[in-house]
Amino acid sequence: MTDAVAPAVTPYLAMHGVSKSYPGVQALAGVDFDVRAGEVHALVGENGAGKSTLVKILAGAIQADSGEIDIEGKPVRLTSPKTAEERGIAVIYQEFNLVPSLSVAENVMLGREPVKGLAIDRPALQAQTLAVLERLGVDLPIIAEVRTLSVAQQQMVEIAKALSVNARVIIMDEPSAALTQDEVGRLFEIIRTLTKQGVAVVYISHRMDEIFTIADRITVFRDGRYVETGDAKGYTPDDIIRLMVGRTLDAHFPTLPPDPPRDKPMLSVRGATSAGRIEDVSLDVYPGEILGIAGLVGAGRTSLLRAICGADPLPSGEVDLEGRPLRLRGPHDAIAAGLALVTEDRKSQGLVLGMSVRENVTLPHLEMFTHNGRVDRREEISAVAKLAAELRIRTPSIEQLARNLSGGNQQKVVLAKWLLEKAKVICFDEPTRGIDVGAKAEIYELMVGLCRGGASIIMASSELPEVLGMSMRLAVMRQGRIVHVFARGEATQESVIRFATGTAA
Amino acid sequence: MAQAAAAAGDALARKGRASLYRIGGVVIGLLVLLVAVNIATHGNFLAPGNVLNILRQIAVNAILATGQTFVIITAGIDLSVGSLVALTGVLMAGTLAGIHSAWVALIVAILVGLGIGGAAGAINGTPVVKFGLPPFITTLAMMLMARGVAFMYTNGAPIEIDNAGFNDLGTGLLFPSLGRLVHIPGIPVPIVIMLLVVIAASFVLGQTRFGRYVYAIGGNEEAARLSGIAVGRVKLGVYIISGALAGLASLLLAARLNSGIPQSGLGYELQAIAAVVVGGTSLMGGRGSIGGTFVGALLIGVLYNVMNLLNVQSYAQEVVLGAVILVAVLLDELRKRYLAAR
Repeated sequence: MTDAVAPAVTPYLAMHGVSKSYPGVQALAGVDFDVRAGEVHALVGENGAGKSTLVKILAGAIQADSGEIDIEGKPVRLTSPKTAEERGIAVIYQEFNLVPSLSVAENVMLGREPVKGLAIDRPALQAQTLAVLERLGVDLPIIAEVRTLSVAQQQMVEIAKALSVNARVIIMDEPSAALTQDEVGRLFEIIRTLTKQGVAVVYISHRMDEIFTIADRITVFRDGRYVETGDAKGYTPDDIIRLMVGRTLDAHFPTLPPDPPRDKPMLSVRGATSAGRIEDVSLDVYPGEILGIAGLVGAGRTSLLRAICGADPLPSGEVDLEGRPLRLRGPHDAIAAGLALVTEDRKSQGLVLGMSVRENVTLPHLEMFTHNGRVDRREEISAVAKLAAELRIRTPSIEQLARNLSGGNQQKVVLAKWLLEKAKVICFDEPTRGIDVGAKAEIYELMVGLCRGGASIIMASSELPEVLGMSMRLAVMRQGRIVHVFARGEATQESVIRFATGTAA
Repeated sequence: MAQAAAAAGDALARKGRASLYRIGGVVIGLLVLLVAVNIATHGNFLAPGNVLNILRQIAVNAILATGQTFVIITAGIDLSVGSLVALTGVLMAGTLAGIHSAWVALIVAILVGLGIGGAAGAINGTPVVKFGLPPFITTLAMMLMARGVAFMYTNGAPIEIDNAGFNDLGTGLLFPSLGRLVHIPGIPVPIVIMLLVVIAASFVLGQTRFGRYVYAIGGNEEAARLSGIAVGRVKLGVYIISGALAGLASLLLAARLNSGIPQSGLGYELQAIAAVVVGGTSLMGGRGSIGGTFVGALLIGVLYNVMNLLNVQSYAQEVVLGAVILVAVLLDELRKRYLAAR
């Protein structure tokens, strides 16, 4: 299976035996990787497999300890982002490198603005930007400020920017993470336009369906080592997952417990309305139940969870917990009542990255550890150490800064915050975004464990297999409303999408 | 599990050592400087009298810098403390007129100084908390207003304080028997008050929930809010602490000068910020310590003292101090990069 195609063409970019180590960690151990002009090459591996390190080396952000990088057959040294750009390598990170207050055209041409005398030549700037956008086959308002654009449009600006510096290889790190199904389709069209022009795309993603839709070849990394490369056609998703984890994952999702009796709801929402976000939403969740919420981006999933958990105000509507109405003036009231919100963005909302695992976990419950005005660290340590072991948080110590943990382990820390004091209702927003297959499975197991313990879970996710595989009932939102609730086993990908897009009969 | 807890305990101890190490560079630099200067000044520098002199001179700045540390760890700034020293000073001097009892004077001064200072802090913090105004702006406004009110109240002239009991706060000595051990008459009151403030603040920041919340808000305000922390109350609290400590510093200064002077405290806010920054607290928020700030204030005080002993001209002293701040923070940054790259 290893590279079935004969090496008749010299790859545009080739890496041989590239290694990089940090103290205590061999991030990359003699990996090979090559990219041919005009191909889409998927790079897959669990978090910690070495993908990000490889990307940083190609971007010129860090230097390899050993190994060789060839461009068009000639060895090169990528000593800075500038040299990488000159060699035709561009990287589009998950967090875009755009200036929100500048226009599309100014961003695309940033640092290379055409000038006339001392002033920027605006007509030329706009003409050149239009030319690039035309090459991409996209239509963007070039004088609009970037901050007014959608995430998908901002991504197009990034791609246009890469193209305008004549990138020959564009590396996209989890490009679909924040996109809707439609937008992913649009992205794929753009990628195909690029490859037709001989530009290669390195596509890094955890989503198997996307990889098999778009990739020509697939390379798998595991634990900093190269596993293998081959034509996408020669693999099935299960093959790839097996190569990534080094073992067979027979089921992606755990077996859900049987439906709980639905007599007394744990949480009832009635007529929740917040102008422009959610419209007249009513729902019930029962003890021991997982209620999934599906919907396109902007359908109101996040707004609903945030309103339930007091993160955003709820101007009208009622939330009852165990039959008693709640008055939520903020997150503090929700937490005191037993509601927990695991936010979609753990770095900006879930964690204080500069604090230790211990300090993050105890933050919502410090009063538990306070005696005579003083926080008892010994008690904190024993409580958090116990939780960290239960959740299998992989960290050298609970005094490690949250910043230094991998995505999956960070997510477990966020979860631990709400397990310290048993929450009655836990709202998960995108519980497994950007985390690896192994950690995903562990998070799912934890959710099932919480259910068995009698908690209620509301889970919003944009990954259809996830909501389908993890929900006992599944509510579909569209334009701020719940448009349908599927009973267990009724929902299919197609039927959910039909309700989410408004094409259901 | 017990093992895990033990491992965590070890890690905590290591972290403690690491934070010692964090300000270690400044401490070692300070020690080397002390010994070198002591030799250059034929032992005058480390004579007990001079050491007390330095500590007494830094008392006001160390107290202001302590309050400033709380504010800066939440990623804020308090530019008003210098003017608040002047305002609370003249108000104290004004209200003390006609009071002859030392104890009454003390209580009145504390009420006026800490009360007005704390109230000004609340005025600084409220627009920050309620309307999201930048603290730079609200405290800049307070800096101008407080200074102006101090001049209006006094018509620009100092107000004398003739209460001897009160003035003892600035010049009095405590623990004479302890002093005799090292051949000094006693420990000046301002030094004792400064040390009490530093110890109390260190406890609040390092050991209490409020302190933990201060760090959390500076590290990630939104995550802190979603963790149920009353972000507004904590932020308001740090500005009140800073303002009240400005009132306390002003009390010591007024007692020492036997008057309330509307021109006093000019530029003190910048001296305080300098001590905080030299002490390793990040202006970006989320990191820092009272111990570091105290070392920072001490370093600045020692420098002034040394330059005086070596007869460095006062204009040149400012140049040296500026350069030292720059180099200290630069070294700290380089050391952080080195640690991060390891």
